[in-house]
Amino acid sequence: MNLLRLPVCLLALLFAASVSAVIETYEFSSPELEQRYQDLSGELRCPKCQNQNIADSNAPIAKDLRKLLYQQLEEGASDAEIRDYMVARYGEFVRYRPSFSGATIILWLAPALLLLAAAMIVVAVLRGRAGRGGPELSAEEQRRLQELVTRAETEENAERHS
Amino acid sequence: MPARLKLFLPLALFALLALFLFRGLSLDPRELPSALIDRPLPEFSLPRLGEEQRVSRADVTGRAALLNVWATWCVSCRVEHPFLRQLAERGVPIYGVNYKDDDVAAQRWLDELGDPYLLNIADRQGSFGLDLGVYGAPETYLVDAGGVIRYRHVGVVDERVWQDTLQPLYEELAAAEERR
Repeated sequence: MNLLRLPVCLLALLFAASVSAVIETYEFSSPELEQRYQDLSGELRCPKCQNQNIADSNAPIAKDLRKLLYQQLEEGASDAEIRDYMVARYGEFVRYRPSFSGATIILWLAPALLLLAAAMIVVAVLRGRAGRGGPELSAEEQRRLQELVTRAETEENAERHS
Repeated sequence: MPARLKLFLPLALFALLALFLFRGLSLDPRELPSALIDRPLPEFSLPRLGEEQRVSRADVTGRAALLNVWATWCVSCRVEHPFLRQLAERGVPIYGVNYKDDDVAAQRWLDELGDPYLLNIADRQGSFGLDLGVYGAPETYLVDAGGVIRYRHVGVVDERVWQDTLQPLYEELAAAEERR
C-alpha cells in the first residue's frame, strides 16, 4: 500500500507548481465568462517574462493584465476586442496565437512549406533510385563481362561432355 | 546539379543554420519594439504628483521631450536618477510618469535625490502605463513636438544609451522643431 502511495504522491507534485502559480481568484458572473477568462489568459503572453502566459506568471504586469481581462470580460467585451486592446498596447508579441497576417504569415505557413519541401525531396530521391538499377558499365567493362560469360559457358560445356 | 556540388549541400545548410543561430545569440529577447512607435501619445487625465491639479496629454507635449516611467520600488530607477538630473541640467525636457507608486514615497524621493522632471504624472493604478504598453520600470519614451512617440528605451538610460541612441534622435527632433 505504502509502496504504491509514494509514486502517486511524487506524480502529484509534478502538477503542483502550475496550480499554485496564480494567486488571486476572481468571481465571475457566469461560468461561460470564467471559461473565456481561462482561455484568454492562457493565450496571452506576459510581456515581461517572455516565456509564460499571463495565467502562469507572477510578474506584476501579468497580474495587472489578468485584472484588466477580468474587468473587460465582465463589461461584456468580445474576445476579439480584448485581443485587439492588448495588441494595440503590447504588439503582436502578446499573442501566443498570432493573427494570420503581415509579419506572422511566415510563422503559419513555414511548417506546411517545410513539410512540402521534405515530401518533394523524398519523392525526388525515390524516383532517382528507381530510375537506375546500378552503375552503368563502360564499353571496356562490357567487353570483359561478355568474355567472362563465354568462358564460363565453354568451361561448363566442356565439363558436361567429359 | 553536378554530383560533386551536391556533396556540399549539407555543409551549406549547416552554414546557413549557424549564421541564423549566431545572429540569435547577439539578439536580446527582452528588447521588444513598442507597439506605439510613430503613434500619438495616449490621452490621459491624471493628478500631478503632489498636487490636486490634473494634467493631461496637452501638458506634456508641444516640444520634443523625454517621458520617463519610474517608481520608488524600482531599484534600477535609483541607478538611473543621477543621469536624468544631468540631462535636465543640460536642458533636456523630461516629464515623469510615477508608475504604480505611493505619492508620499515619490515626493520624498524627489526631495532627497533631486527633481529632474518638469512635472510628474501620478499614475497610481498604472492605467496610463498600460495604455503606453509599459511592462516594467524604468522605461523612457522620446516624444516629438506633435506628441508622437518616436522611440522607447526599456531599462536604465545612462551616458552610453543617451549618446548612442537617444541623443541623435532627440537632436534630430529638436532641430526639426526649430525649422518650423
